[in-house]
Amino acid sequence: MRAPRGIGPARAAVFFGVLAVLPELDLAHWLLNMLVFTLMFAVMSSAWNLLGGFAGYPSLGHVAFFGIGAYAVVLWFQHHAIHNGYEPFLLLPLIGVGVAVVGLPVAAIAMRTRADVFAIVTITLLFVVQTLAFNLRGLTGGAQGASIAAAPFPSATYERPFYDVLLVLLAIAMGLTWAAMRSKVGLSLAAVRADEDKAAGIGVRVQAVKLLAFCVSVGLTAMVGAIWAYYQGFIYPQFAIDPLITVSIVLMTFLGGRATLWGPVIGAFILEMAQQYLAYSLGGSQFYLIGYALVFLVVMLLMPRGILPSIQEWLRRRRRRQVVDAPATPSGGLRTADTPLTPRRTAPHVKETRT
Amino acid sequence: MHALIQGIILGVLTAGVYALMASGQTLIFGIMKIVNMAQGALVILGAYLSYQLFTSFGIDPFLAIPITTVIMFMVGVAVQLVFLRPLHSDDRSQLSVLVTFAVALLVEGVMSVIWSTSDRSINTSYANASWTVLGYQITLVRLWAFLLSLLALALLYLLLNRTRFGRAVRASVQNPESARLLGVESERVAAIGFGLGAATAAAAGSMYGLLYPFNSGSHYDLISRLLSIVVLGGLGSIGGAVTGALIISVSSAVVASTISPSWSQMTFFVVLLLVLLVRPRGLFGAAVRGAI
Repeated sequence: MRAPRGIGPARAAVFFGVLAVLPELDLAHWLLNMLVFTLMFAVMSSAWNLLGGFAGYPSLGHVAFFGIGAYAVVLWFQHHAIHNGYEPFLLLPLIGVGVAVVGLPVAAIAMRTRADVFAIVTITLLFVVQTLAFNLRGLTGGAQGASIAAAPFPSATYERPFYDVLLVLLAIAMGLTWAAMRSKVGLSLAAVRADEDKAAGIGVRVQAVKLLAFCVSVGLTAMVGAIWAYYQGFIYPQFAIDPLITVSIVLMTFLGGRATLWGPVIGAFILEMAQQYLAYSLGGSQFYLIGYALVFLVVMLLMPRGILPSIQEWLRRRRRRQVVDAPATPSGGLRTADTPLTPRRTAPHVKETRT
Repeated sequence: MHALIQGIILGVLTAGVYALMASGQTLIFGIMKIVNMAQGALVILGAYLSYQLFTSFGIDPFLAIPITTVIMFMVGVAVQLVFLRPLHSDDRSQLSVLVTFAVALLVEGVMSVIWSTSDRSINTSYANASWTVLGYQITLVRLWAFLLSLLALALLYLLLNRTRFGRAVRASVQNPESARLLGVESERVAAIGFGLGAATAAAAGSMYGLLYPFNSGSHYDLISRLLSIVVLGGLGSIGGAVTGALIISVSSAVVASTISPSWSQMTFFVVLLLVLLVRPRGLFGAAVRGAI
């Protein structure tokens, strides 16, 4: 579904406008805290989507780069003082670029494999980095964890700077996605996802575009990791490099809709808020894990393509039915669903989903 | 030198159990092209089952294997029917990774509710018995586990190569479409195949529970090992799974005995990355495509 001209930017303006104004409303701390985490996951899902959604390379190891970003900021400020509290944010671009560069050789090796093997290779990467974080005690503090000085922000508006920075980061992530979708890069990624060998055969620069997607994706993820570490103040290997974070990112993208601009954001807002709420109400009990897994399974089985593509499909079918129905029923009334006049369009392999 | 040989002995003995777990994993991939992320969780579930049978009824974990395999076979069939069969075929391979991961989380959640998250271990009377041969220590439990794993692998081999069901499985692995045309009921083969994979997990789990303490979160560690093994050997090849298990188990045991146990986990990831650098399909991935 292609939105009429002007709707897209207007939607984005409203979305970011509302999010920018929200903290002014004197929200409770727990609510703002929840929003901070939601934004973190929105950025990471959007970043994951570049690789897992558009290029069709389902990485399960993104949290490794999240952890690298987290440790990078903590280690840097063990040797440098924090004065006004904004220094860690200024370090973010450096961390993003640095991790993207580190990711380049990793991608070059991992992307020799496809689809499911790629997922496996990236998950082993996750455990490699986690083992390193545990074992390089001199550097990371091992299982004892590592800490960063608390930000000297006034406690009344403590979350604000984190919130604002994350909002900017989300705008960047979505802007990059948008730019990719409108450019040759997006088309090349779609070609890679559909059939990589054929794409290479007709001259798509498969390798370059894959590596680009990977590096941008992990760079953004690392920046979120750095913000998370600064926000938490104290990090442990098992939380900085937690397989559940990877799973959440993937699930959010799948829930919202892969290879769409808004899908990962929608998924993040629904799931992270639900998750925070569940964790809040069920506490640390293990029923939480069961509930989470069940939500996961139900989403996968009922909406394998995600919320956004499902809605779009439904709207498209409805619109076409109305057009066909128009002469017979002037009121534009809906036909019953069991007598469709138009043959049900099967989804093309390369889905064009722009919203 | 002594530490090196001791490491190799330990590695080879441990490899049997891992080969058994990995063979189930690779069998499931061979039949359905599904990467079963829940295999580790199923192994731990098998370990808990035999723990429960041992503490409640005093059944020896080795003797409990027939019971746990039957239970887990049914669990496996149920997972296939409820969660995997409804997936659409066009993006099955991607979705199945996520769905089986969710199954792993579900199993983990259930296990931590039933047995809590603290470490459990099965303390049999013979747990610490060992022989000393030429100055090298051989733990009796490990030796038995190794021999039993070999037996189970042999049974699996016979099942796949000497029975009608095995022929149907091999046909599905080689060419699913033709197999279906020739009357192989692919859904049934898939269900039984997943059940078999879970049954190997149960058998391996009973032995794993004897060898190591475990808790509901142990499956993360296990699944990363198992995935390294099957990818190293080449997905879908049982011979590859056995070879991969040997390489990974021996190399990590050698590193543990000669350098430091905390680096042993790192070893097999490094081995894996090195192999993938040279052969992205794994050791046996392309050469025996379709063979199992």
